[in-house]
Amino acid sequence: MKPVNQKAWLMVLPVLLCVAFSAVLPLMTVVNYSVQDILSPTQKVFVGLEWFREVMQDPDLHGALLRQLIFSACVLLLQVPLGIAVALAMPAQGWRASLTLVLLALPLLVPWNVVGTVWQIFAREDIGLMGQLLARAGFDYNYASDANDAWGTVLLMDVWHWTPLVSLLCYAGLRAIPEAYYQAARIDGASKLAVFRHIQLPKLRGVLLIAVLLRLMDSFMIYTEPFVLTGGGPGNSTTFLSQYLTQKAVGQFDLGPAAAFSLVYFLIILVMCFVLFNFLKAAEAPADATKGNAP
Amino acid sequence: MARIELVDVGHAYGGAAKAGTETRWALRPMTMTWRDGGAYALLGPSGCGKTTLLNLISGLLTPTQGRILFDGKDITQLGPRERNIAQVFQFPVLYDTMTVFDNLAFPLRNRGWKEAAVRTRVSEVAELLDLAGDLKRRARGLPPDAQQKISLGRGLVRTDVAAVLLDEPLTVIDPHLKWLLRRKLKQIHQQLKVSLIYVTHDQVEALTFAEEVVVMNHGEVLQVGTPQALYEAPEHTFVGHFIGSPGMNFLPCQLGANEVRMSDVTLPMDAEWLARAAAAGTEYQLGFRPDAAEVLAAPIASAAGAAWQPARVQAFQPMGTHSLLQLGFGGSSVWVRAAAAFQPAGDHVWLRPLPAKLALFADQRLVPRGAGEMLAVANSAAAGTSASGAAP
Amino acid sequence: MSATLHSAALALKLEGMEKRVGAATHLYPLNLELVPGQLNVLLGATLAGKTSLLRLMAGLDAPTAGRIQEGSGSVWRDVTGLPVRQRDLAMVYQQFINYPSLSVRENIASPLRLRGVAKGELEQRVATIAEQLRLTPFLERRPAELSGGQQQRTALARALAKDAGLLLLDEPLVNLDYKLREELRAELLQLLRVRNTTVVYATTEPQEALQLGGNVVVMEAGRVVQSGPTLQVFSRPASLAAARAFSDPPLNVLPARFDGTRGIATLANGAASGLASGLEVALSPAAVAAVRAAGVNEFLLALRPHQLHSEPGGCRSLTLQGTVELAEISGSDTYLHVHTAGGDVVAQWRGIHPLSLGSRAHLFLDPREFFAFTNDGIALFAPPAAIGDC
Repeated sequence: MKPVNQKAWLMVLPVLLCVAFSAVLPLMTVVNYSVQDILSPTQKVFVGLEWFREVMQDPDLHGALLRQLIFSACVLLLQVPLGIAVALAMPAQGWRASLTLVLLALPLLVPWNVVGTVWQIFAREDIGLMGQLLARAGFDYNYASDANDAWGTVLLMDVWHWTPLVSLLCYAGLRAIPEAYYQAARIDGASKLAVFRHIQLPKLRGVLLIAVLLRLMDSFMIYTEPFVLTGGGPGNSTTFLSQYLTQKAVGQFDLGPAAAFSLVYFLIILVMCFVLFNFLKAAEAPADATKGNAP
Repeated sequence: MARIELVDVGHAYGGAAKAGTETRWALRPMTMTWRDGGAYALLGPSGCGKTTLLNLISGLLTPTQGRILFDGKDITQLGPRERNIAQVFQFPVLYDTMTVFDNLAFPLRNRGWKEAAVRTRVSEVAELLDLAGDLKRRARGLPPDAQQKISLGRGLVRTDVAAVLLDEPLTVIDPHLKWLLRRKLKQIHQQLKVSLIYVTHDQVEALTFAEEVVVMNHGEVLQVGTPQALYEAPEHTFVGHFIGSPGMNFLPCQLGANEVRMSDVTLPMDAEWLARAAAAGTEYQLGFRPDAAEVLAAPIASAAGAAWQPARVQAFQPMGTHSLLQLGFGGSSVWVRAAAAFQPAGDHVWLRPLPAKLALFADQRLVPRGAGEMLAVANSAAAGTSASGAAP
Repeated sequence: MSATLHSAALALKLEGMEKRVGAATHLYPLNLELVPGQLNVLLGATLAGKTSLLRLMAGLDAPTAGRIQEGSGSVWRDVTGLPVRQRDLAMVYQQFINYPSLSVRENIASPLRLRGVAKGELEQRVATIAEQLRLTPFLERRPAELSGGQQQRTALARALAKDAGLLLLDEPLVNLDYKLREELRAELLQLLRVRNTTVVYATTEPQEALQLGGNVVVMEAGRVVQSGPTLQVFSRPASLAAARAFSDPPLNVLPARFDGTRGIATLANGAASGLASGLEVALSPAAVAAVRAAGVNEFLLALRPHQLHSEPGGCRSLTLQGTVELAEISGSDTYLHVHTAGGDVVAQWRGIHPLSLGSRAHLFLDPREFFAFTNDGIALFAPPAAIGDC
């Protein structure tokens, strides 16, 4: 069958060019670097998969990867349920709804480095509001010296920053459920929990899929906020993958290993998203079976 | 199951009016009793207040004024769950993640039934609705008619249900399946003797389903009656127009001493009836159903020929099982039903409205016939002399 | 109507059109020809492929195989894969689709503006169409401020204003109230009659198809079952599927055995239910010849509900007895669901017949009115449209 219309390609061409310059070309450069030893701008040696081998055996990388996985898991486990809970608690209409929406959207509007700075001060045990309150309550809290405190602070900061995104998505999803479902549930004598389990949660599946994917990708690539807040410390305790990568590339100027690792990092994210997307999509598929055939 | 009484029940979405303003009734205050185990239909166009009335009965709305009684007990302030009402909505409302069995079991489990009892009851109801074979399937994947049966089943599983309310339940169902589903509904009504209230804008659904139909327009109940009464003696021109397809023909007319006059047609009529019509209002209309007239393709010269009037053919629609004619008659446009084989021979046909089936309206309201005429109507109905086009 | 604007009604020829989406076939290969200026009804149940076919005709979807040609005068051009913008057509959907931010006036004017119609003429045309569809009082309103019926009138007005050579209507009245549907259908029919436009109108309702008249294309499960003049397809269905699609209430189908030597059919279910011999039907000579020619022993007899009469007389030599399972009164008619030895049937009787449940009903049949089909659903015999007196 002949294609319907070739003109469409012209329309996407600008975007393709942009993507080519901003993503594909740099990525190719990275591929280039990852298989060479760059001794000086004029002196390059092809080393094959040497850098990949080195990177894969680097214990620092293993540590960063493990921390990263734990961090992303925590982010999802905290933010998704919390986001749903907030969305459920939000007023459905009227000025209260508008106000809640604005308040909720505020953290999303703050630049990421500012978020880091705000929390850096907010959590300080000497001058920060939260830090001081915790100290007065008798907690021995110092995110700059205690790894656990640092972890907790980074997580809390991320929850503050990104839970609203999950909430807003869920809020939109909840508003799309027809009133008849709630009426039917009232008539069937369903409890609030049953309404949530059998109506709201199934109907939210689509938006939750998007929320989980977004949060997973974003958290896996987190850099700015922990960098500003803890600088990856104390020790390496809050050094996640992207910061580890920067240290290698910019700090130590190990361009070859850094490039090799970049590719590995990229592949990890790609594979994770692909697997997760298909997994969640498959879970949703039977529900859409009836729609599929509508001509 | 319960007898449902509405006592002076009215509803306004903005609440009752403050002093000096007028209440904007979605449902004008009305009093009505619904028999236990009856099959009722609420019929009217969009926005006529029928869904408001339904929601007042189910408890999804609380009336602005008046009281609602179930078996004499005031339940005005109770919610849907306490009222033991079941409802089927326009679009199938299912619990997506559950199987058909779990969907049907849901209201029982919510009420703390024992699992063994749930199993027995659900299989009974599934048997009744021909769903027994699908119990293990996911409800979401089934065709729309099965989904609506599940919605209905969730109402029927409860043994204590006061009434099942159906809000345009056949909207998403294909015509040939509507027949089967409606038949199922009637069978269930006969077997279970459960009170059913069916809301629809579709007169065929309302008339074929219900023992009694409540016709509404602009928040007002215009007539409550059997399908036969609504068809043969509509109390309001709106009812005559709304019921029947095409609806009743209405011709503006003037009253004489022994006849009614339209622009170019005069029909003889009982003097006493005319006198009562004159007393009942100022604007008069003559009404007759499309099947309450005889048509001929050619004039006949007989003694009865005097009653035949020429009528100009405006449109002719063969409908397979019958034909429809739109005719210019008495200064108005009227629809007449003729036999399938009928063919107009020229621009004109000859028309004779059946005298026993004429209706007279004064200011939109029916002027009942005298006792003598009523008998005549009853006799003609019993003899089954409904009109049909005569092909010469 | 202006000469600059009005385009001629288009002929349409579909050849081997097929639509598959993944593993699912929405339309099996089909050939179809539409005569210019003709009203064509697509009749079929939900998912029969009506909307798929309309979308292919419009060029909204590309066919998996086959081609579509447009004819204007004697000139044909291949429009397969041509974007819908370059086609001379208008479409109206089930949902009321209008530009929400534009007034009714601007909605109706939008296709004219796209064509660059001059201001004076544009205003005049909008006024005429608005008048025809009774929208004049609402011209300054936005669609959201209108009732459902008025919204759909606006959508229809916009489509008619375009004055395209091909007008596609996808169940345009299905989301309206019953009575509103009846009114708008009658008005629409009047409007379409005086227009020189090829119309395709999709519906699920046989009654609507009959009311619209014209040509009908009966569809079932992605296939065209039969096409032709509406009344002809109604009275001479080529298959059981076509007869079923065109019967509301549903067609009564009774399995029968054929006794070729006597020229008599015996209702099969009768024997199965323990009767010594099933009900015997003496078929008309033409029907006997048709069944004999097909050489079948077992076949299907079918009757439309209105052919199960309430009164004897004439040639209604056959009586089917049964118990009333349900009597539905629609006002002008009574629908009786009757359980008989020959099978469950539905009868449509004129007038009001208040029969109680479980009572005996006598259905009087005229053997000349029977349709006959093979067990595979191919038509063997259809009764003549007009049956004379006995």
